Amino acid sequence: MKWRAIPLSAWIGLAGIAAALFCAIFAPLIAPYGEREVVGDIWLPIGGEFLLGTDNLGRDLLSRLIYGAQTTIFVALAATVLSFSLGVMLSFTAAVVGGWTDQGLSRLNDLMMSIPTLIFALIVLAVLPQELWILILVMAVLDSTRVFRLGRAVAVDITVMEFVEAARLRGEGRLWIIFREILPNTLSPLLAEFGLRFAFAVLFLSTLSFLGLGIQPPEADWGGIVKDNKDGIIFGIPAALIPGAAIAGLAICVNLVVDWLLNRTASLKGGRGDG
Amino acid sequence: MVQDSGPAEKGRQPQGSLAAGLSGPPPANDGGAPKPGGAGLSGLRHRMPLATLLIQRLGLSALLLLAVSVVVFLGIEALPGDFAQTYLGQSATPQAVANIRAELGLDRPAVTRYFEWLGGVVQGDFGNSWASGNSVTEQIGLRLGNTLFLAFWAALVSVPLAVGLGMLAVHFRNRWPDRLINVVSLGAISLPEFFVGYILILFVAVQGGWVTFPSTVYADMPFGQRLEAIILPCATLVLVVLAHMMRMTRAAILNVMSSPYIETAELKGLDTLRIIARHAAPNAVAPIITVVALNLAYLVVGVVVVEVVFVYPGMGQYMVDAVTVRDMPVVQACGLIFAAVYILLNMSADILSILANPRLRHPR
Repeated sequence: MKWRAIPLSAWIGLAGIAAALFCAIFAPLIAPYGEREVVGDIWLPIGGEFLLGTDNLGRDLLSRLIYGAQTTIFVALAATVLSFSLGVMLSFTAAVVGGWTDQGLSRLNDLMMSIPTLIFALIVLAVLPQELWILILVMAVLDSTRVFRLGRAVAVDITVMEFVEAARLRGEGRLWIIFREILPNTLSPLLAEFGLRFAFAVLFLSTLSFLGLGIQPPEADWGGIVKDNKDGIIFGIPAALIPGAAIAGLAICVNLVVDWLLNRTASLKGGRGDG
Repeated sequence: MVQDSGPAEKGRQPQGSLAAGLSGPPPANDGGAPKPGGAGLSGLRHRMPLATLLIQRLGLSALLLLAVSVVVFLGIEALPGDFAQTYLGQSATPQAVANIRAELGLDRPAVTRYFEWLGGVVQGDFGNSWASGNSVTEQIGLRLGNTLFLAFWAALVSVPLAVGLGMLAVHFRNRWPDRLINVVSLGAISLPEFFVGYILILFVAVQGGWVTFPSTVYADMPFGQRLEAIILPCATLVLVVLAHMMRMTRAAILNVMSSPYIETAELKGLDTLRIIARHAAPNAVAPIITVVALNLAYLVVGVVVVEVVFVYPGMGQYMVDAVTVRDMPVVQACGLIFAAVYILLNMSADILSILANPRLRHPR
């Protein structure tokens, strides 16, 4: 891969993701104040002693934002990884085994997808206790339906190829076919999809937190900070917009990189048939 | 053209998923699964293919709706967590918990309660709210109209705008207007609804002072005032849906424009207008309808967040409030209605694209 070949937009995206990851990993080191530390008056303006001002309880907004990056990115990433493992495993199994397994899984998936994701999440979260791992699990299961759909579509195309049949005739097991024959050949569309799903997970988690059903206070996360500070908007205080901009920024950066990845793989191999 | 395939492919994915999501067994990718149905059905299909397909779609949607009602109801039952306990808090005595359970009917078997609930729903009775004791149907009657009003105006603005911009992007393909639209829409897709909403509130309502902020509407509000109240929430919804719809429209039209018969038409010397009107448009109608319906379905969901942001008294806010206090009858009712609207829109997309594209009437 040539560094020159990477377009400017992708560089911007990569830089943005790197910055967010840096904040997330080294949050306790770079945050000027503690996550829950009340440092001054409420809703102090941007600039001055506190770089981004303070929030509705007088906590330093920059520190909240940096700790928020940690929570938001960790939860979104965990949910995406889980949803991918689940979706890819089930979809490849459906494609390789076929028959009733395929029918059952596909129809179940259709049923899950016929309820809008946010509505489904609201129904489920209304019942379940509010804990972090449950939130991640709910996000992952709901999102895996989308991964399943893509994974199955891609894998069905590949299972009918000669090299898969050759592997079958060789007497390889299903696990070999899934991991050694199909997975390597679907990696590029799946990688792009991973980026898209991650961006979606960030937005989804922020939306849930904004509605008060995601990460619970006093832990900071970007959607939650928006919720905390939304009342300030009426008084013209832009504190709620800053975490909103962070969410949007991260999602845009991921989308820029994904766009480049899709273009690259498409021009490399002519996509997968329909490019 | 190769350069275009990236975003185009990305844009097309949800659209494909929509068609496959509703048609039961998807015709193309299904590996030749045997279709149920005997000689009678195939004979009917031979004589009246369109009517059979439509009935099939309607039946499937009804079945899906029934299945969704089971999921909405029994999903809640199967999940761990005792409502009465949560409802009363940790310090409740066992006797109080038992009383509440008996009062809400939770001590009876789930299957009995499901059929009672379903029977009520069919007659338009969603039961009573646990939190307030009021009739859920009454509340929904007040709020559903507000939500549909908001979604209707958002759709009325965004659909023509999106299709127009999509065509513009195709017309200036790979030149600066297209690139500009592409970059801006990529950014707009990544914006969360509440961010757009609060920006509009801050700059238009608070600093500009052009409109009032909490978008309150009440029952006997004059039409003009009502319209004025929903300007901001409507604008937010339009901005959120527009980019998606436009990108997908662009991808759909590009897909048609790059097909061999368009090239043939070009090569035999037809002028551009004639190519678009006679050759491209009929083939692009089906994908565009799908795009529009998919985004309308998305509008219904986006409405939930937007209503909370603007304190708009609609279904979305009702549901979110109910989820916060675990008011199950309300959550079930709202969930079922949202899902029903979603399924209905997806079904109409399916049916309209079958009507618009005769090739879909004879699945291979």
